[in-house]
Amino acid sequence: MAVFEKRHLWLAVLAVLALALPLLVANGYYLHMMTMSFIWMIAVYGLNLFAGYTGYLSLAHAGFFAVGAYTLGILTVKVGLPFWGAFALSCAFTSLLGLAIGLVALRTKEHFFAIYTLCVGYIIYLVIDKWDSLTGGVRGFIGIPAPSDIGPLSFQTPVAQYYLVLFFLFAVIFVMYRLVYSLTGRTYIAIRNSEELALTLGISTMKNKLASFVLSVFFTSLAGALYASFIRFLGPDIAYVTVMFDFLTYLLVGGIGTLAGPVVGTLLITFLSQQLQFLQDYRMLIFGPVLTLLIIFYPHGIAGGFIRYQAKRAEARRLEREANQTAAELAASRQGRDGRYVKEG
Amino acid sequence: MFLHVERLTKRFGGLLAVNDVTFSVEQGKINAIIGPNGAGKSTFFNLISGLHRPTSGTITFKGRDITRLPANERAKLGIARTFQTTHLFEQSTVMDNVIIGHRLRTESNLFDAILRTKRHRREEQACKEKAMEVLDFVGLTGVADRLVANLSQEQKKRVAFALALATDPELVLLDEPAAGVNPDETEGLEELIVKMVEGGLTVCLIEHKMSMIMKIADRIMVLNYGEKIAEGTPEEVQNNEAVIQAYLGGSTVA
Repeated sequence: MAVFEKRHLWLAVLAVLALALPLLVANGYYLHMMTMSFIWMIAVYGLNLFAGYTGYLSLAHAGFFAVGAYTLGILTVKVGLPFWGAFALSCAFTSLLGLAIGLVALRTKEHFFAIYTLCVGYIIYLVIDKWDSLTGGVRGFIGIPAPSDIGPLSFQTPVAQYYLVLFFLFAVIFVMYRLVYSLTGRTYIAIRNSEELALTLGISTMKNKLASFVLSVFFTSLAGALYASFIRFLGPDIAYVTVMFDFLTYLLVGGIGTLAGPVVGTLLITFLSQQLQFLQDYRMLIFGPVLTLLIIFYPHGIAGGFIRYQAKRAEARRLEREANQTAAELAASRQGRDGRYVKEG
Repeated sequence: MFLHVERLTKRFGGLLAVNDVTFSVEQGKINAIIGPNGAGKSTFFNLISGLHRPTSGTITFKGRDITRLPANERAKLGIARTFQTTHLFEQSTVMDNVIIGHRLRTESNLFDAILRTKRHRREEQACKEKAMEVLDFVGLTGVADRLVANLSQEQKKRVAFALALATDPELVLLDEPAAGVNPDETEGLEELIVKMVEGGLTVCLIEHKMSMIMKIADRIMVLNYGEKIAEGTPEEVQNNEAVIQAYLGGSTVA
């Protein structure tokens, strides 16, 4: 129990830090950077739900991120819907698109699924890039409004936007937390572990995979819609494979299939790449080998490696305790015997 | 008729894995399927549990035609199975592995999980209780919170049994339950299988360990090259000319 409480304490400390950050850092650039990394985190949580917990590597998520972002742009600018209505609709639309794509894509497995979704992601990129009249093509999409006020709450300042994004991040983490420690989460993990076993245990793998995929797309589209309202300019690049592999890098470094992974990985990589900015594209000379080493030695990322280390230590402690107990029992029985001998002697 | 298989055939391209097999599983008995490697035993299990679709033939369970039913629906009807390689989640605890076994008897969905509804709490509790119950049945209560990776092969087999039992089955298909297990432990597994049948279950197992089969099986079917070559009590099968030939490659009198 103590472990759980300690873990909750850490969560609380991090949450308080995140809440207090705008008060601690006056630098607007850092605030911008943090808001952006929160948006990436939400997208990576989406990827994590499906790739980490359900075991299917989707490479279309940058595409879904872009669809969420562009849909918000189109609905607010071209259709003229009020912001929050458009916001909800863009997530709903992207989720529906995810459902349609999932119905086809989930007929494939493993690397076939990865290749299929890679193609889907690329097609989304091409559509955005070429459909000039709707998306603005390579020129980009401009004029997306900032989130409109909700009652007394206004989201015009960077600090307010920071808190808005943070609110959604907390909400996503909360939902993920509830999900992972539930029968539904266990079902997803069972599918990841062995689809054959899950099937013979009476689990409808298709239905569960589809639900997980759609929720995962929903999270990512939420991140996309937040991105659109925060940056307020969109280019087709956000659907490109480089964004997809950024998501994947954050997830792998942080720890795929862990709750803390997306936060740890995104923070670390965005921070590092800021610090190494002076190296320009040569940064990749550092990132590449580090990532390779990490995959070889810490395939479960930083959070995953930490969890495994803790589990190992707990197991070692338990074995030690058991060994001590047996030793004590042995000693006690020997003592009893010796005592008897003495008496008899 | 409990489980009846009628003229079942499975063809993989040019390979006839199971050829025209008719077979019945007797309720409340230990039914064994034996045969040399590659005889089609595991394919036969995959057909019954629904992981493969037969090329032709029918499968009926408790009077219902289940030939076209997907594997998860068959599990709900009461057909459970274990795998040769246990397929367990090694990096998780025994308890966490077994809890999911009762999932098919629960209704909670995504929204129950997120909102933590009463139904979810009740069903989660039911799954945990079921897991404790079956772990107790297979004799693993003491290792419930250990990682599966740290268990012995025999204990892993017991976890796989527990998982199958957690689905509340009527028929349990065991695919080589004693493979990779030493003779002493094999006896323990024999006792467990007998205990399952005494508790009212029907068992159908594939096994290579003849001493075990001859000791506990009520009926045996022998497959060779996908075809049924013999069926009967252990004594009948032991003395069957075709079976001896299949196993020893013996020569017929020319």
